[in-house]
Amino acid sequence: MEMEMEIEGEKQHKFDVDLGNLMAFDSNHTFPSQPPLSREDLVKQCLLKGTHLVQAIADALFTSPSTEDVDGPLVNLPPPLTKLPREKHLPKPKPPTKWEVFAKKKGIKNRKKDKIVYDEQSGTWKRRYGYDRANDEDAVPIIEAKETDDPEEDPFAKRKENKKKRVEKQEKNRLQNLKEAAKFGALPSHVQLAATALPITGTQAAPKKVTKDELGNVAGIAAAATASGGKFDKKLLGEKPAKHAGKYRKFLPVVEGTGIGSQEREQTEKILNKIISKNSHNILNVEKAVTMHNVKKEKKRRSEKGKVSPTDNKLKTGKKSFKKGNFKKGKAKGK
Amino acid sequence: MLEIKTAKTRKGKRELEKRAPKLVESGKKTLILHGTKTSGVLNAVLTQIYHLKKDNAVKFSRKNENVKPFEAGGETSLEFFSLKTDCSIFVYGSHSKKRPDNLVIGRTYDHHIYDLVEVGVENFKPMESFSYDKKLAPKEGSKPFIVFIGEGFEAVEELRHLKEVLLDLLRGEVVENLNLAGVDRAYVCAALSPNRVLFTHCALRLKKSGTVVPRMELEEVGPSMDFVIRRHRPPNESLRKEAMKTSREKPKKKEKNVKKDELKGKIGSIYIPDQKVGETALPYKAKGVKRERREAKGKNEKDENAPKRKKEDS
Repeated sequence: MEMEMEIEGEKQHKFDVDLGNLMAFDSNHTFPSQPPLSREDLVKQCLLKGTHLVQAIADALFTSPSTEDVDGPLVNLPPPLTKLPREKHLPKPKPPTKWEVFAKKKGIKNRKKDKIVYDEQSGTWKRRYGYDRANDEDAVPIIEAKETDDPEEDPFAKRKENKKKRVEKQEKNRLQNLKEAAKFGALPSHVQLAATALPITGTQAAPKKVTKDELGNVAGIAAAATASGGKFDKKLLGEKPAKHAGKYRKFLPVVEGTGIGSQEREQTEKILNKIISKNSHNILNVEKAVTMHNVKKEKKRRSEKGKVSPTDNKLKTGKKSFKKGNFKKGKAKGK
Repeated sequence: MLEIKTAKTRKGKRELEKRAPKLVESGKKTLILHGTKTSGVLNAVLTQIYHLKKDNAVKFSRKNENVKPFEAGGETSLEFFSLKTDCSIFVYGSHSKKRPDNLVIGRTYDHHIYDLVEVGVENFKPMESFSYDKKLAPKEGSKPFIVFIGEGFEAVEELRHLKEVLLDLLRGEVVENLNLAGVDRAYVCAALSPNRVLFTHCALRLKKSGTVVPRMELEEVGPSMDFVIRRHRPPNESLRKEAMKTSREKPKKKEKNVKKDELKGKIGSIYIPDQKVGETALPYKAKGVKRERREAKGKNEKDENAPKRKKEDS
């Protein structure tokens, strides 16, 4: 399958030289099997033959016309003779889009437009599209009302609606064009069409994408939901143990290392700081706590006296209110 | 419901466009990986092949269990890697009792396996075991001369296939212009018998000869090994026909920096680099420069007179 380019008059043998690939092939050489050559002799013979072949390539190479360059002489290589398979398919031509088909039918040619256009309203040169564009119909502060107009309707909102509809329609058309191209295998390289999941019910909500961690958690919960807590289940090859180990407490070491300081003190400090910082914003809380305390005292006195007040039920709720004042009250009480 | 996904950054878009199928293709990238078990020899072979092809090769360091190129189901991993790294040649090394020091060289077409050649490596000599003049060492990325010796390469089908695969693996990028000062390496493949190929990598020494053409000398530098052909899978005919297709079209070249104006006609723009006026060398020596020279001279001979001289001159 190789095409031959013969170098005659060089040596007795003819080599196949493919200059585009810088390759040479000697198809006539045989290594003598009797007497069997030693390894070194074989290598020497190979190198010798190799030198001949390389010389043949170099002959062809250095005799071709060269141009002078900064780094050295440049030679124009011919295209390679041995054909090798491609790595990817040939790019397929893109099918024309719906607009292109229509434009061709009607004979509409694309006219080159300027980036900057004169805006009559402001009397300046503005860009043709984008922010602060020229001759923008939507950017007027006042819209004149016609007799046919509905007084209830908001014309600005209506304009926004229209624009949204136009954009949606354009997106739909674009998707259709891309689908058509994908059918022919000619999707542009930076675009991919991905299938989003279909909603099963009539709701428009797309199903929530579950993250890897969430899946792991759910799998762990499911694995542990057996009578023995998932400990004695047979595991498949390569299955990792369930994530929820079950122990959530961290015990401090019995003997603390050097340089860390008292870890126990740190632990309690941390907790205390958290609690205090939550409740030490303003002085008002103290007052509030005091008033609440007094109110409760009063209620208690009244209940001892035997009077039933209508507001009793409201205050005597079984639930704890997790308001800020509560913590302080607890402390005050405890004191 | 389909959704259009595009690259979110321009750099991403450029990367995707690099990987798109082109009319004229640039060099193939090589993927080097190994299976569950490798031997010391095989590790050395793989690393040295990677060194030879440093610019356009990707080497995986982890072992890959489920890669079995010759089996029906074991190709999916390879195809996935080929897709992700955009490599269309792969070199897969493995070692087992039945097939010691095994190397599978394969190619992909459209990220599907196209063909495979399995060889065993024997008599491996690494680059370090060769001693040579360091100045001769071939530079990375230089275009090699490739030489095939032996009628076996034409007669035996497996060797023919191996020749094609080796050519694809070793040739690098196809270039139009070659700098003759930069030719410094050659690969020599010799068919010693119908199933054994000696492969070696040599540096080229160009010696002066009478004519324009220099005299070439080969000096073994690189890894040298014997390939023993084991199995091979040629591509199936239809796939081969499709992969060999070429297109007559030439890639469109955009004409840049040319504009057509109605009044002036065709205008071209030329961009010139910044002219650093302050840093240009002046053609005549400034007076100050001359004085400095005199001062320096004076300092060397008489230290006291030099400053006095300066005052006199001003």
